[in-house]
Amino acid sequence: MHHQPTSADDLAAIITDAAARGARCEIRGGGSKAGMGAPRDAEVIDMRGFTGVVDYDPPELVLTVRAGTPLAEVQRLIAGEGQMLAFEPFDHGPLLGGELGQATIGGVVAAGVAGPQRLTMGGARDHLLGVTAVSGRGERFVAGAKVVKNVTGYDLPKLMANNWGRLAAMTELTLKVLPRPRATSTMVLEGLDHIAAVRAMACAMGSHAEIGAAAHLPGAEGRRALTLLRVQGFAPSVTARCAILPDLLRDHGAARLLPEEKAAALWDAVRDVTPLADAPTLWRISLPPFSTPALLDRFALLGARWLLDWAGGLVWLAHDGDATEIRSAAAMAGGHAMLIRAPEPIRAAIPMQHPRQSGVAALEARVRRSFDPAGVFETGRFLDMPHAD
Amino acid sequence: MLKMPAPDALVLGRREEIVAALRAIVPGEGVIAQAAALRPYESDGLTAYRQPPMVVVLPETVAQVSAILSWCHAQGVKVVPRGAGTSLSGGALPLADAVLMGMGKFNRVVEVDYNNRLAIVQPGVTNLAITRAVEERGFYYAPDPSSQIACTIGGNVAENSGGVHCLKYGLTTNNVLGIEMVTMAGEVLRLGGRHLDPAGLDLLGVMVGSEGLLGIVTEVTVRILPRSETARAMLVGFPSVESAGQCVADIIAEGIIPAGMEMMDRPAIHAAEAFVKVGYPLDVEALLIVELDGPAAECDHLIEEIARISGLNGAMTSRISTSEEERAAFWAGRKAAFPAVGRLSPDYYCMDGTIPRRRLPEVLRRMAELSEQHGLGVANVFHAGDGNLHPLILYDANKPGELERAEEFGNDILRLCVEVGGVLTGEHGVGVEKRDLMPEMFSQTDLDHQQRIKCAFDPELLLNPGKVFPTLHRCAELGRMHVHRGEVPFPELPRF
Repeated sequence: MHHQPTSADDLAAIITDAAARGARCEIRGGGSKAGMGAPRDAEVIDMRGFTGVVDYDPPELVLTVRAGTPLAEVQRLIAGEGQMLAFEPFDHGPLLGGELGQATIGGVVAAGVAGPQRLTMGGARDHLLGVTAVSGRGERFVAGAKVVKNVTGYDLPKLMANNWGRLAAMTELTLKVLPRPRATSTMVLEGLDHIAAVRAMACAMGSHAEIGAAAHLPGAEGRRALTLLRVQGFAPSVTARCAILPDLLRDHGAARLLPEEKAAALWDAVRDVTPLADAPTLWRISLPPFSTPALLDRFALLGARWLLDWAGGLVWLAHDGDATEIRSAAAMAGGHAMLIRAPEPIRAAIPMQHPRQSGVAALEARVRRSFDPAGVFETGRFLDMPHAD
Repeated sequence: MLKMPAPDALVLGRREEIVAALRAIVPGEGVIAQAAALRPYESDGLTAYRQPPMVVVLPETVAQVSAILSWCHAQGVKVVPRGAGTSLSGGALPLADAVLMGMGKFNRVVEVDYNNRLAIVQPGVTNLAITRAVEERGFYYAPDPSSQIACTIGGNVAENSGGVHCLKYGLTTNNVLGIEMVTMAGEVLRLGGRHLDPAGLDLLGVMVGSEGLLGIVTEVTVRILPRSETARAMLVGFPSVESAGQCVADIIAEGIIPAGMEMMDRPAIHAAEAFVKVGYPLDVEALLIVELDGPAAECDHLIEEIARISGLNGAMTSRISTSEEERAAFWAGRKAAFPAVGRLSPDYYCMDGTIPRRRLPEVLRRMAELSEQHGLGVANVFHAGDGNLHPLILYDANKPGELERAEEFGNDILRLCVEVGGVLTGEHGVGVEKRDLMPEMFSQTDLDHQQRIKCAFDPELLLNPGKVFPTLHRCAELGRMHVHRGEVPFPELPRF
């Protein structure tokens, strides 16, 4: 069954009815990430009936928008006012074999999607100020507020970001927006291996250069490895900060300025993970940057491919090997591994999200039950329902 | 006046047994039971409310925290956590029938990890001590609440503390990577770590700012940042609050997010200048302090831009700091604003609402009317960049009825904040102070969705009860489901 609510009342009625029928529902925006997680047979609640801007006053740095609004539309609108979503969300469509342009603002926030700038500007969680949603109880509720600074009550917007449609269907989101940098420059170091790259990025991150994003693309046929450092802000500041990098990074290599267009294309590739778009199995490992070299050493021997973002704190790993080995390596490194893409039989057996410590898992389950006592949103996608264990 | 939950006579009657049980877990001076020794703990920064605790326990190890909570949980004894006790909203106000758990002995910096740019500290470490521990290598911890020399990071996590630089650098929640915590049942959990975006639901995000209701934090991992190369400040005076407010909007519209941007109204300017004599202009209606940080080239560029924008908005005076001393002097008046106002009046009451900035002139106008109506003066300092207002209400607690009038005036101000689209608290927390105003901002359904989180963490409601939520619902009552034709859907799922 495919539900297409256009009002919060519709949505509440659908969820209440599903709970009474014992049906399970997947909350879906454009479906750009539907290919993640275990195959499932749930009813779909299509949120694309909730579109449009509710309120946008650029100097207040606050945007309220309905959840089903396409991400591209939101980005176009705020770019027109010289602003941006600083967590740099992106469209997973092409990475998962779908089309570009389907991702919605509600979908990227619910999945906690963030790009290279997450390193310094925060993730979706850090920019979600307020939410209107319908929980699994079929009740409409408001969380957070429409101002940039608020500590009234529990910070439920944090829970709503990255909840993957397991707590509530968000109908309206209030996001913090920030000025788009007036100037951007990217400095590059060539030919570093992953160990040298992580060291060079850490050195730059700890300096006055105020690096906004740092990524590493390993060498491939006919191309040397590239370590990218992005500097943004007002032009005089960007010039001054780039100028300190060659000397600062002297021991790591010769830092030089990349032509703007080439740099922009490389950052798009890092954010969208295009160099690994052909890999059958793709993992996203978040870990402390200095644990990355040892983790990669281990998988290099097994023929894995990768790219690094977040100064080495994010590893996109293309590797068809044993999932248990990847998960235990990520955990040993002090991080976690999310399965982004894999053939269906693997997704049916391996949970998409890294399993949590048992006490935390139990607490999460209690929080989920508090929003969704009937389990309307327990579609089996995450392979962690009590009966699936 | 505020009502706290009625003390449980049964628990009060078991005081000696409870003290003995705590002494068995924490030996020596770690348990304080003598009436005189309990007095320093009877209030926090919201001194209008006082209540000596039943007993104070000062654990030193995670095992002790876990054993205490686990024992209290089993015995149905309430626990109130406390850091340095600087809360301005009564978050650490004791209860007559509760154990007060002070975390001051957890005062060690566990590790500084420069490679991954983070520090791991115990919750009793003060906010400023984190910066002190990392400054030799040019780093600092960004959130800087005004009480940073005294307040602890554990308290900052509980309150999601901000500071004057949080528009650019974020609140506590944006700077914490991980915590170790103990639940009321005594279970030790780790949320997050040294990496970004932990797997699963963002329980860390809910713990930060939960005002001690969900768990006791025993370790905190924070991000540290390289200290900016330079910082400079500007002092700009305006003929009206409207023009100063428009200037703030125009600065942001130009794409500038200053490190700090503070506004003071006429009464606050005069009080501060009389107290610290730093040369604030006295003929202006509003004063902006704008701080820029970054490379010198950036500061120079932005100072020029802001001078231009303030000129367009009719600035009457403008000064730019040329030395660290001068920058400190510009801030001295603002930082002394509370004690300065305190000299005008025997007592003052500090409020903390946030509004959409565009509504500032209207809010200040209506606040002046309320001031007249309640017969009490008010001075305003304002984190202008993020719309966080701190009205300081002047009153005399020795005059009968003035405290009540001050509180009523404060409540009216917060209602006004909510009415114009803002919130009850921007950084001080709800605590007991704004507890009963929560329904101004949230419906009962909204509050129920929040309170069920409490039930997931602490179903017996033993941890810091009586704070944040106006009514305590039993969890069973909150968990009630509408059952259709007597059938429970998904009988295989556990229910809480």
